[in-house]
Amino acid sequence: MTVRTLVEPVAARARRDPDRHVLTFIDEGGQREHFNAAQLDRGAAAFAAALAAVGVAPGDLVIVVLRHSPVLLSAFWGALYRGAVPSIFPYLTEKLDPQIYRERIGTLVRHSGARAVITFPEFRGPIEALLHGASCRVLTADDLPLDAARTWEAAPLSTTAESLAFLQHSSGTTGLQKGVALSHRAVLRQIEAYGEAIGLRDDDVVVSWLPLYHDMGLIAGCVMPIVAGIPLVLMSPFHWVRTPGILLSAIHEHRGTLCWLPNFAYNHCALSIRKKDMEGVDLGRLRAVINCSEPVRHESHRRFLDRFTPYGLREEALATCYALAENTFAATQSPIGRPPRVDWVSRRTLRETQRAVPCEASTTEAIAMVSCGIPIPGTQIDIAGPGGARLPERCEGEILLRSDCLLAEYYRRPDATAEALRDGWYHTGDMGYLADGELYVSGRRKDLIIVAGKNLYPQDLEAIADGIPGLRPGRSVAFGVPDENLGTEAIVMVCELEAGEHDRDAIARDLRKRVVQQTEVTLKDVRLVEERWVVKTSSGKTARADNRAKYLEGRVG
Amino acid sequence: MEASKVRDELKAYIRTNLLHDPAYPLADDEPLITAGLMDSFSLAQIAVFIETSFGVNLPDNDLTVPNMDTLELIVARVMAGPSGA
Repeated sequence: MTVRTLVEPVAARARRDPDRHVLTFIDEGGQREHFNAAQLDRGAAAFAAALAAVGVAPGDLVIVVLRHSPVLLSAFWGALYRGAVPSIFPYLTEKLDPQIYRERIGTLVRHSGARAVITFPEFRGPIEALLHGASCRVLTADDLPLDAARTWEAAPLSTTAESLAFLQHSSGTTGLQKGVALSHRAVLRQIEAYGEAIGLRDDDVVVSWLPLYHDMGLIAGCVMPIVAGIPLVLMSPFHWVRTPGILLSAIHEHRGTLCWLPNFAYNHCALSIRKKDMEGVDLGRLRAVINCSEPVRHESHRRFLDRFTPYGLREEALATCYALAENTFAATQSPIGRPPRVDWVSRRTLRETQRAVPCEASTTEAIAMVSCGIPIPGTQIDIAGPGGARLPERCEGEILLRSDCLLAEYYRRPDATAEALRDGWYHTGDMGYLADGELYVSGRRKDLIIVAGKNLYPQDLEAIADGIPGLRPGRSVAFGVPDENLGTEAIVMVCELEAGEHDRDAIARDLRKRVVQQTEVTLKDVRLVEERWVVKTSSGKTARADNRAKYLEGRVG
Repeated sequence: MEASKVRDELKAYIRTNLLHDPAYPLADDEPLITAGLMDSFSLAQIAVFIETSFGVNLPDNDLTVPNMDTLELIVARVMAGPSGA
């Protein structure tokens, strides 16, 4: 039987092999919960029945607002069982302002036309109050009609391979993000092609702490292993960030073979895992630790190897991948079984002439570009110059891709879809070059800041500064600077003060607090400057690159 | 191990390594994470510093934002020892 939807493999496994182990969840207390194929199927069926009972029809959008937990997986698959289109929303943390957070959910529901929100019981009241008037129902795990679930038949007949499966949110911090809509066919095709690229095997075990509202966590750390029948070990991102050692001890204990990490995680593990947490840990079974979702740094790989080689980590387990939600997940993958290639090129030539010219690693202007590997089967990569002309190898340009697992559309955004998809090619906005058929990514979307795998737009941060008394509206600028210690970017804000006397410390504290409450990110530096410091373009736009250069030259203050 | 010594060493470490501002006037009861002064990653770095400098391994469950959001909370947790007794 040809598999048409994401529902079929899960439902079929539950019938064929109900006791098959599919998921181990490590909770914040370190306790393990184990789930087999039948339990996942029943959990999903219960949510599907509950969604049907409140009038959610196949094709309707369902927002899932749950903390990292087995219930989150049941709710996600439950929406799929119903033929509905789930979209996972980040969960509230201690840092965010609950009021602003809930308003974002309300905005998302209204703009997307979502028909249901699945959340925890304690969220029901506030969310219902917020959605007053919208034709959207709030469901919790308490609402599950267990009797109906027993007789629920998965895979409604109306769901076809071309039906939308789910939405991923690609980037940005507001509720008005572009939802990347993926068909069942595209997701299944990605799983097949990516599985081939990494040589996915029956004896693999995936271990992940990644959040499921991001493509890397959702596809590599959830949907692929569950559809392919590969055991999955999950832990919460909040738990991992505070105690990163739990990832490596879980890899040891559950005989993990595959793990995906954003670049900063290599530094975080190397820097912030205690000696005690590594006692008895053996990483020898890991066959691939795959770096993706923020620029890959050679130095981060080196630090990771230095720290963990004594615990059995093999250099050939290092791997890289260029991934984006619009291609479901991966577009390229470095061959498994050898470390990714490192291309030492001249920094100056790359910056000034957009050409990647190899040079000796020992020279001061050499930078190490780490390969993201070759396109996965069915995906084609081109590099285009400013006019759209295709460029030869070692010339830097925009990365374009064409594949059989591309997004169907940006959900209800035909304008954005038409802008990104032209002549069948997806225009990534990322910069890179090809060398010997391998992709090297040299820059991300204009102005985008990637902090520890999280994408932020400076406009959103600058808008927060605009609301602070004492700061001149439209005269604040946010940009990223390298954070070598954490292997990612850190955010700096430079803001012009209104004329007059101010309590500078109080203003800086206010800005930091509002930024963390709205975006969860911590500003590395806040500089309050006098009038006319911030550089604008002739058309009055904030020239972020110029302001960043001015800041780095130390002309602030 | 004296609380004042633990407090001084932690304060110096936090200001220099996590806030990147050795002169920052950090108050003992000033929220560090919820006020946007330092990141959640810093909790893990503080745990490594506590292990290395004071020989204390705090249980994983104690390394949470509500438990570790101010200097005085962190000092109290170190002084209580590994078992938290």
